[in-house]
Amino acid sequence: MSEWVGVALFIVAGLAFGIVGIGVSFLVHPRSKNRYKLETYECGIPAEGSAWGRFRTQYFTFALIFVIFDVEVIYLFPWAVSFVQLGLAGLIKMFIFIFILVLGLWYAWKEGALEWK
Amino acid sequence: MENIFVNAAGGIRNLLESAGLPSLVVDISIMTTIFVAILVFVLLNVLWLVYMERKVSAYIQCRIGPNRVGPMGIFQTIADTVKLISKEIIIPKNTNKKLFLLAPVMIFMPPMAVFAVTPFGKGMVALDLNIGVYYFVALASLSTVVIWMAGWTSNNKYSLLGSMRVVAQMVSYEVPLLLSIVGVVLLTGTMNLTGIITAQQSVWMIFLQPVAFLIYLIAAVAETNRTPFDLVEGESEIITGPFTEYSGMGFAFFFLAEYANVLLVSMLASILFLGGWLAPFGLTFIPSWIWLLLKVYLVIFLLMWFRWTYPRTRIDQMMAFCWKVLVPLAIVNIFVTGIGKYLYESVRW
Repeated sequence: MSEWVGVALFIVAGLAFGIVGIGVSFLVHPRSKNRYKLETYECGIPAEGSAWGRFRTQYFTFALIFVIFDVEVIYLFPWAVSFVQLGLAGLIKMFIFIFILVLGLWYAWKEGALEWK
Repeated sequence: MENIFVNAAGGIRNLLESAGLPSLVVDISIMTTIFVAILVFVLLNVLWLVYMERKVSAYIQCRIGPNRVGPMGIFQTIADTVKLISKEIIIPKNTNKKLFLLAPVMIFMPPMAVFAVTPFGKGMVALDLNIGVYYFVALASLSTVVIWMAGWTSNNKYSLLGSMRVVAQMVSYEVPLLLSIVGVVLLTGTMNLTGIITAQQSVWMIFLQPVAFLIYLIAAVAETNRTPFDLVEGESEIITGPFTEYSGMGFAFFFLAEYANVLLVSMLASILFLGGWLAPFGLTFIPSWIWLLLKVYLVIFLLMWFRWTYPRTRIDQMMAFCWKVLVPLAIVNIFVTGIGKYLYESVRW
């Protein structure tokens, strides 16, 4: 349990480091007012519209495939640790599990989800 | 020399306990001391890495590189950092101001949390978690969220493109990275980082898992957004992507965090595949922490060499390479490793 207290301490301290760094900079940096300085940068001309709009869904497809594979890997790690105890049965079961996921990858590949159109 | 840091930590602990403090206070003070030590180590290494990158790139391109500030320009990065602290952090008016500032504050959180479990030498680990590798990759990938936050809140089209690429790229290359680590965990039978190092006493993992090492190295380059996979930043096309609107210390934090991540993936590479702090050829008179640093810097030099040798890839090539080459290859590697390990165990018994 004390280990996880240490983890929490490290996370909080990492955050504190960022706050101190930005804070010190805010204390010492100069300030000047200029209405053009606060514009969004876009090749020097006035920015055209907002960037918060629609975006292509291709990126979302990859995120979906990633979620499936990431969950797969979560199951692979405990299997890898207790490989010797599980023996042949564990090996075969895990191969069936991976095989089903490979089928999924093959299907995504066939349907063109991995192509960048 | 070998136990200099371990003895120092033990000395501080004895000093605090003899002062009659409760054990919780002693633990927290020790942990804080270790955090400060790791922070100093990371910052010094990051400053050195920026300088080294500039020097290596300069010599690869037949230039001299920074040579004005200090001997051989060694204080160049310190001068740059001081300059960046004294620069104004401009917050453009169209951004989400709170999140815009929160992103550079949070960027150092994942690397520092991961350094908590990294062994720096024999017995030199702040927290010896039994799920070390798991924790390592889980937290290291959190910086994706922070960089995405930086890009999205900037409300800039270049930043949006860059942050979308961050999500697509880092998320995709996470999969072959994890799958290649499974091969190592399979052979060592533990997720504890110290345990993985001691399991390599007879033979380093790079000789048993050469394919996994290659996959890991390629995925690590992509995870740290370095050339040939630096589409996220792409200075010449999307103007450093998510960081376009950042200036002063905000930009400096992202810049330094990138090198902290380079240090992290190189450390994991040397721990998982190059035997960590184990001395090769029985050269044990050199302390274990120096061996680890030597291996880490070997990997880092390799990454820098990649960066200044290969051109940038296109996003379709990069994603296709990940899903159609690296992922199937990593899965085949797990199959082969599993069968090989099973055969080895059954022959031995």
